[in-house]
Amino acid sequence: MSAPIWTIPEVRAALDARKISARELVQEFYARIEQRNRELNIFLALSPERAYAQADKIDSAIAAGDALPSLAGVPVAVKDVISTRGIPTTCGSRILEGYRPPYDATTVTRLEGAGAIVLGKTNCDEFAMGSSNENSAYGPVHNPVAPDHVPGGSSGGSAAAVAANLAVAALGTDTGGSVRQPGSFCGVPALNPSYGRVSRYGLIAYASSLDRIGPFARTVRDAAAVMSVIAGRDPRDSTSASVPVPDYVAGLNRPLHGLRIGIPDDYFGEGIDPEVRKKIEAGIALLEKLGCRRVSIRMPNTDYAIGAYYIIATAEASSNLARYDGVRYGPRVPGATLIEMYQKTRGRGFGAEVKRRIVLGTYVLSAGYYDAYYLKGQKVRALIARDFREAFEMVDAIITPTSPVPAFRLGERTADPLRMYLADIYTVTGSLAGVPGISIPSGKTSSGLPIGLQIYGPAFGEDRVLQMAHAFERAGGQDL
Amino acid sequence: MKISREDVLKVAALANLELSDAEVDIYRGHLDDILTYIDKLNELDTSGVEPLTQVVAASTEDSPLREDVIVRADVITEVLRGAPDPEAPYFRVPRVIEK
Repeated sequence: MSAPIWTIPEVRAALDARKISARELVQEFYARIEQRNRELNIFLALSPERAYAQADKIDSAIAAGDALPSLAGVPVAVKDVISTRGIPTTCGSRILEGYRPPYDATTVTRLEGAGAIVLGKTNCDEFAMGSSNENSAYGPVHNPVAPDHVPGGSSGGSAAAVAANLAVAALGTDTGGSVRQPGSFCGVPALNPSYGRVSRYGLIAYASSLDRIGPFARTVRDAAAVMSVIAGRDPRDSTSASVPVPDYVAGLNRPLHGLRIGIPDDYFGEGIDPEVRKKIEAGIALLEKLGCRRVSIRMPNTDYAIGAYYIIATAEASSNLARYDGVRYGPRVPGATLIEMYQKTRGRGFGAEVKRRIVLGTYVLSAGYYDAYYLKGQKVRALIARDFREAFEMVDAIITPTSPVPAFRLGERTADPLRMYLADIYTVTGSLAGVPGISIPSGKTSSGLPIGLQIYGPAFGEDRVLQMAHAFERAGGQDL
Repeated sequence: MKISREDVLKVAALANLELSDAEVDIYRGHLDDILTYIDKLNELDTSGVEPLTQVVAASTEDSPLREDVIVRADVITEVLRGAPDPEAPYFRVPRVIEK
């Protein structure tokens, strides 16, 4: 099957040349989805009415000779934790089955404002909790590269949608690696922007001090184009920053000469798959060839990141998920008393991983344990943020693997949650520090599974990581 | 053993979460593993370290506070349509006050 792969400039060129209309393009994408979704389980809901209405708007603008916005006619997919007015938004959970938000997330409003067409909502780990997509109440997504393998998680559906050419770009969310790791597993560029760079208004919260929205795309250039649209201050999210948004696409072609890339020795210890190590080393060599200077750095608190992350994330989750109680949305399981109704609704509505994290998060916040766990976790978080701050005094970017392993087989790791958590090591550090990180394809394993190289930049240095990723991609990084 | 069945039950009650006996056993084991792993953090001396509650403060110049202005959203009908037991303009719940 070799359906043409569309990038954002190709969509624009075809529309401008009248080779295809926006409506025909949407038809083409829905036909592809129809063909592949049964096998891959990527989309949980489609929004054809809304998509065709938007397509017709674009087609009218073309007919009228109007100037088109930057994402005109670009079919996109949106992770199911991001609110879309009137379109089912379940967070991959039974507890929100049938829920249709009464408003749009700011990122969705901005995408549509720039002419993008929302095709539907993508499958994910329940409430974005997971690294394999196997925690979705609606069944796992299959990795389009190797369908008996996981796509990664939690934004596995969004990564797979782009990898399988079922969308030109997609939005995911990243709390501890949930954009970058599936990007790595499915072989597509995936950017986790700085905390505060992109509005979280309408993002259904998992861990509010860590949650971010970021793009998946076929090319780094396309990810940059989406970022230019979704980034920026939003009065509806008080944590969104007023830092000016550069034109991310315009900055892509700057040469890398003289940039210092930090390689943390602490990230290349035990536990990393030898094939991953080899391709990341090859990726670093490629960046050196492009003019970067390799600098060995220390990130001494790395070993403590997973512990701090799972304290902070679960504590925040236990609080954020208190709202699912069978009163305002989702199905209700009846009980004789109000409390019993809450307990039964939540006990049956949440899946195993969500319950595990609520129990852990409630425990670390409970009387007598707050100082030992939650406060300790926040102090360790400060040390990890300091590791990054100090590193960025010496280097312009930090290079790591995105994940210590490539995509694994469905079912292979579900029995041991701690082992699954430990594989998040290279992504949770940046999540705790709030810095931007992109995962970019860097070769494949001998069996053809994609490997991701991660580029971290300083806070609000998205332009720098995109520039480096773009040069890496253009130099053939994915075929290393 | 860091955590007992009773601990799990107590926390589940705080979180309004009904767990089956089997779930209590499974989560007890998992939490024990995870909390034992988290003990690793005690290797670090964090005395004198200020806890980091969020990373954005340093990067946002303007105040996150805004005027408290009422804006009508006019979504009551849409919101109630998704509720399991609505009685406009309310959500109905099991009786909480005795007669």
